[in-house]
Amino acid sequence: MSIQVITEKCVGCSICVKSCPYGAIEMVDKLAVIDHDACTLCGACVEPCKFDAIILRREHHGTDDLSSYAGVWVCAEQKKGKIQSVTYELLGAGRLLADDREVELSAILIGNNIESEAGDLFSRGADKVYLVESESLADFLDEPYSRIVSRLIREYKPEIVLTGATSIGRSLIPRVAAEINTGLTADCTGLSIDEDRGLLLQTRPAFGGNIMATIVCEDYRPQMATVRHKVMKEAIPDPERSGELIRVAVNPDELLSRTRFLETVDELEYAVNITEADIIVSGGRGMKGPENYAILQELAGLLDGAVGASRAAVDADWIPYSHQVGQTGKTVQPKVYIACGISGAIQHLVGMQSSEIIIAINKDPEAPIFSVATYGMVGDLFEIVPALIKRLKSRQK
Amino acid sequence: MNIIVCIKQVPDTTEVRINPETNTLVREGVESIINPFDLYAIEEGVRLKEKYGGSVTVISMGPPQVENALREAISLGVDEAIHLCDRAFAGADTWATSYALARGIEKRKDYDIIICGKQAIDGDTAQVGPGIAIRLDVPQIMYVKKIEEIADGIIRAQRMTEEGYDIIEGDLPVVISVVKEINEPRLPSLKGKMKAKKAEIITWSAADIEADEQLIGLNGSPTQVVKIFSPPAREGGEIFQGEPEEMVEQLAQALERQKII
Repeated sequence: MSIQVITEKCVGCSICVKSCPYGAIEMVDKLAVIDHDACTLCGACVEPCKFDAIILRREHHGTDDLSSYAGVWVCAEQKKGKIQSVTYELLGAGRLLADDREVELSAILIGNNIESEAGDLFSRGADKVYLVESESLADFLDEPYSRIVSRLIREYKPEIVLTGATSIGRSLIPRVAAEINTGLTADCTGLSIDEDRGLLLQTRPAFGGNIMATIVCEDYRPQMATVRHKVMKEAIPDPERSGELIRVAVNPDELLSRTRFLETVDELEYAVNITEADIIVSGGRGMKGPENYAILQELAGLLDGAVGASRAAVDADWIPYSHQVGQTGKTVQPKVYIACGISGAIQHLVGMQSSEIIIAINKDPEAPIFSVATYGMVGDLFEIVPALIKRLKSRQK
Repeated sequence: MNIIVCIKQVPDTTEVRINPETNTLVREGVESIINPFDLYAIEEGVRLKEKYGGSVTVISMGPPQVENALREAISLGVDEAIHLCDRAFAGADTWATSYALARGIEKRKDYDIIICGKQAIDGDTAQVGPGIAIRLDVPQIMYVKKIEEIADGIIRAQRMTEEGYDIIEGDLPVVISVVKEINEPRLPSLKGKMKAKKAEIITWSAADIEADEQLIGLNGSPTQVVKIFSPPAREGGEIFQGEPEEMVEQLAQALERQKII
């Protein structure tokens, strides 16, 4: 394992200096010199060098017989026997990748008495559905689910596997990646196929969304990624479409689990999941107290949206943690995010700055929230929000 | 009960930016901190010790300056700190990191519960916890918001979901990851700070944990970064002027134009 500058090839153009995220390369006598203490071997300098003068050597085997892997898979997510909408987004993204690679798109569906849901997967673009059913698989459990997914991947060798970056997906699929010895990129917001080598280019935010990184998994298969919810377009259902259903038998050993599912408790106060909502009305310190959330709830109700909150409001116990948006809460990407009385600390911005439209209402014209806002209104939210509610109501009449 | 807490030292990401002129990460003035989610893991470990007895060991992989993070953990009530420090660990992705941590934990031996923060704020992957669980062949409960009880070798915990939580029971030893809601981390005590200053940090190299060189650092990392760039800048916003009704009218018209409402 090493990184090396081939001095014969280096022309001193210093592009590598600019490409290094860690400031570990400098030009000495018109040659690139790497500071090995500062270098983290991230490899960001290798591609930009037009003269192939930087070599990053890894000593690993990779997966044997890479070319035997073909096809794009998505892991369908179900709760209480119902397919979750993130699955349709995976099928939408997966279909594009499969068409690009000219391969089949398949879905793995695990649950109990869930065959009736397979048609939905076909109509949304799956060519094949691997159906795994058992009473013990009704609810998600890490061990049996990961064991079965790992076994199917070993057996059928897909080249790409996509899973939702949800609490289930992010618990399940890292186990699978470690088990079958391949790479996994978390929380991707962009997926495409590299034209030259057919590799999956996985783009994701890093450092709280301040930076984007494109990641590849060159030598191992499958190339696996979790995909952020609400970013990819859902596959549109075509009721005429059908596909091949493959029933997968499970053996009792695969169902063994050292964790047991006891019960599930739904506790969202306003009954809308903020990571699912297209419109979020969020309140911060400027709400002044829990009683004032009623106006946000009313506004959210008119817009079919959900109520969010900043950390300040959650820490003051005005609203439960499950509503918190930001670095230590949830990352959301709705069509419209309405920030009411939220100043816009960077920890909040990283959780919502990818929203399509941001509307900021704040009495402080200098509040950082205005720097990311599509539309801003400086003033008292207790006047503006009711006015907005009135305007929306008059429209509905 | 022997408790192991895995922590990561991270740059304070809210300060990290790309310099638009050079396209490099701006690192000057960016502080290194204990990953905020790991503070909840440390606190939960210390609380479990206070409730059930035993000891808390903190483990971290990284360059020499990680020692500061480990000393801070000791000031927060941790008994013992292990630093996996070796040039050969550099360039590790989550796969190689979880392999190295699992090797270190195996060498430490006798663990009942391994606690990780939900995810690190620099990478946000949440992949290391499950990776450790599979390598140690132990069960896992991710995104724990409350440990209800640990008794007779069984843990009962609340696992956070998008809609609320699941109640999950698991056999020890177990790997759990914790979310912010689980506790309120304490501040270091004066006694803790004194202890941290004097504490001996256990440092293990790749050879000490008998790590396979093919599986650590860059060698052991299936994924690689090929490009970094700044996210597309947001378009310049429009600030509406006037009385509340006037501003709301302008907003409503803008939203109607875009067929949002």
